[in-house]
Amino acid sequence: MALDGPKQDFKYIGTRPERPDGWDKVTGKARFGADFSMPGMLHGAILRSPHAHAKIIKIDATKALALKGVKAVVTRADFPEGLEGEDWNIQENVMAGEKALYDGHAVAAVAATSQLIARDALKLIEVEYEVLPHVTDVDKAMAEDAPVIREGAADYSVPEGMHPNVVRYMESGRGDLEKGFAEADLVIEESFTTEAAHQGYIEPHACVANLGADGKGDLWCCTQGHWFVRQMCTAVLGLEATQLRVTPSEIGGGFGGKTTVFIDPVALALSRKAGRPVKLVMSRSEVLRATGPTASASMDIKMGMTKEGKITAASGTFRMQGGAFPGAPVDVTTMLAFANYDIEHVHHVGYDVMTNRPKQAAYRAPGAPMGAFATESVLDELCRGLGLDPIETRLKNAVKEGTPATFGPKFPPVGLIETLEEARAHPNYSVKLGPNQGRGVASGYWMNWGGETSASVAIGDDGSVQVSIGTVDIGGSRASMALMAAEAFGIPYENVRVSIADTGSLGINEPTHGSRATFASGLAIIEASREATRKLCQRAADKWGIDADAVTWEDGCAKPSGPNAGEFDPLTIAEIAAEMGSTGGPISGHHESTPDGFGGSFGTHVVDVEVDPETGRTTILRYLVVQDAGKAIHPAYVEGQFQGGAVQGIGWTLNEEYIYGEDGRLQNPIFLDYRVPVASDLPMIDTVIVEVPNPGHPYGVRGVGETGITPPLPAIANAVRDAIGVRMKKLPLTPPRVLAAIKARD
Amino acid sequence: MSKIHVTTKVNGDEVEYLCEPRETLLDCLRDHLDLTGAKEGCGTGDCGACSVTMDGRLVCSCLVLGAEAQGKEIATIEGMAEDGALHPLQRKFIEHAALQCGICTPGILVAAKSLLEKNPDPTETEMRYWLAGNLCRCTGYDKIIRAVMDAAAEMREAS
Repeated sequence: MALDGPKQDFKYIGTRPERPDGWDKVTGKARFGADFSMPGMLHGAILRSPHAHAKIIKIDATKALALKGVKAVVTRADFPEGLEGEDWNIQENVMAGEKALYDGHAVAAVAATSQLIARDALKLIEVEYEVLPHVTDVDKAMAEDAPVIREGAADYSVPEGMHPNVVRYMESGRGDLEKGFAEADLVIEESFTTEAAHQGYIEPHACVANLGADGKGDLWCCTQGHWFVRQMCTAVLGLEATQLRVTPSEIGGGFGGKTTVFIDPVALALSRKAGRPVKLVMSRSEVLRATGPTASASMDIKMGMTKEGKITAASGTFRMQGGAFPGAPVDVTTMLAFANYDIEHVHHVGYDVMTNRPKQAAYRAPGAPMGAFATESVLDELCRGLGLDPIETRLKNAVKEGTPATFGPKFPPVGLIETLEEARAHPNYSVKLGPNQGRGVASGYWMNWGGETSASVAIGDDGSVQVSIGTVDIGGSRASMALMAAEAFGIPYENVRVSIADTGSLGINEPTHGSRATFASGLAIIEASREATRKLCQRAADKWGIDADAVTWEDGCAKPSGPNAGEFDPLTIAEIAAEMGSTGGPISGHHESTPDGFGGSFGTHVVDVEVDPETGRTTILRYLVVQDAGKAIHPAYVEGQFQGGAVQGIGWTLNEEYIYGEDGRLQNPIFLDYRVPVASDLPMIDTVIVEVPNPGHPYGVRGVGETGITPPLPAIANAVRDAIGVRMKKLPLTPPRVLAAIKARD
Repeated sequence: MSKIHVTTKVNGDEVEYLCEPRETLLDCLRDHLDLTGAKEGCGTGDCGACSVTMDGRLVCSCLVLGAEAQGKEIATIEGMAEDGALHPLQRKFIEHAALQCGICTPGILVAAKSLLEKNPDPTETEMRYWLAGNLCRCTGYDKIIRAVMDAAAEMREAS
């Protein structure tokens, strides 16, 4: 797409108005997934496998169906056969077929007149299992004697002779590693592991489904992407895409975990069988046991550096498990592991491995934080070994416009250097540390995403503007969308209303994922607004009897422009709108595209910690996020993304992990034991917004949502290393692990 | 099993409902009274999204049985704005961008109001410990704490 280059002078962009949906969300009026009901609605519940790996011999629902109030039971037999690829994976994940593949895997579902009856009925369904050996650890799953999750799941990329649980293999790089390591004054080689962390959205998955025997249906659900839901549900159930209309509710967090389906096809199947609407709401333990956490990882890293601080070579092997299906994001891990730096000799190897765990789902910068933890930890050790400053060393190796990325193409304009310079200049970087305290630095990257996008704007009869988009508002994006429309039309922010359209009202939109909503929907709104203002100018030209080329749009008005346009008073958008019915009909603008000018976002974090030598507990003393936003449309919500990403990273580093017992069952499926950060764990999170405009967006926007979770893992580990003098290579850094490291040191 | 008839006061209005002995106050508010402002995030009292007050005491409504509300006074997020005007905490949450997705917001507002009623001038640390029972996964709490501090200051000035 030809663009004039990002706009620089703004009237509304960069201000901090109140979000349009603020009132609804502070008064309890906003309707989230579980807040919707329909007349005649039944309630569903799902029976889940208590075994990590088991053959399903028989399911007998006779007693459940005999319970008063039970209207339908579905099993895999109620879903069509013959699906392939990811459609089959999703179908198999939402309802087990021949085998239960992990603790929590759905095996049957009930619809009844109340939720209590539905839950009672689950206890009456008799399932006969033949328990099979299981494996939940990535390294063990690759070992020769590991139980096979599913024969034939591997794709063409896996070399012969590997265990059948290795389902994808990848290798990439450039240069000559041997030569590169020979040029180094110090080479360090270490191994690291990270555990699976859950997205931890506070709103469990919820939906209401209404599917008729005629194949026409409606689904109301909390999701990051309702067209994705439509595609997946119709594929899994054998329906025609447009016969299912999906309407998104307000969404109570997603972080990637709500870009796929878990319960929606089951609710639709129950509704079809019962002939009534069915509501399904997950419990928290169902969320933790049976929706996607992120992958866990096991990694070997080798890096070499000269005594001046130049990285000479880097190599990494990344093994990741994404549960009982292919899809661990190891491709992204390998792509981004060394992406911060200009490295001539670099090599990556990746393994996607299946285990008896839930199917992983995207989690904020999927794949990036694990790799960054390993590589930025080794970089920190190199700096320590050579007596170099971590920020100066990063500046020496940082990529900039024109640098060939470790994953191939040359970087367009990016802001890594700017974030490092801002971090160095920030007061946090020079605070004097006390005993048992340490400071850590790390940088991280996310490439962002464009994705299929469709948006419309329509002029109201009073000149206010209705914006219809297809990306759900997960963190205040309605405000950013309204700001961009206000800027494009030159009308007050308050005169714009933003609606999220259902799948029956707009073309396909990818989810709010990949940090794409403000970039891609914003771009579409700006282009659609420009189309609308061209039409508004045409109406003015017609009224004035002059050529449309002689009319320009400025500050919400059509104005004559150029030497021969003539003298006319400007026509406001309200004046043109008031007459539009008699001057040619409604005025609207539309734009659809798959924009590819998404600019990546770099960030640098600086964290100070104090480690209690008696208990091994790590306290975050101060935390700084510096990140490139391209252009911050609504700076308060940009800061919010920085802060939220950092704190999720703090949780992943210090507390959060999936703990499986010897029996393969998840041992911490409630928030008491799966401990996300709480207010008393944290200080304020300091932020600096860097703005290196993205040439691929009319206003210079870069996505900001995901980068922020990439640096915290290594930054905190580096700070703990600084505090206790020991390199921690296994996440999370729980007090017992840190205490053991302190004791081993002494 | 027969249902229990409960008469209680919610946000100043006398209401009644029939509930199963097993149903929680949260279930009753949401399913029988159509007050869906309180949310179920965990059902185990760990997330605080269902926070309400019962006779002035902050509780997780998922840990209270519906039958226990008999004769009590319940206050929920739906009663926080009065006469069409937002409570200072509600206004400050919008002003400070203290919510992203907004699912935890009703519970946090109810909990913060309860804190300020007990202690109109809490320190940041007191605030962080009082709100430690309310999980927010989006914001990292920074803007929430700032909004509560700002609202507290405004309320002290007004009183």
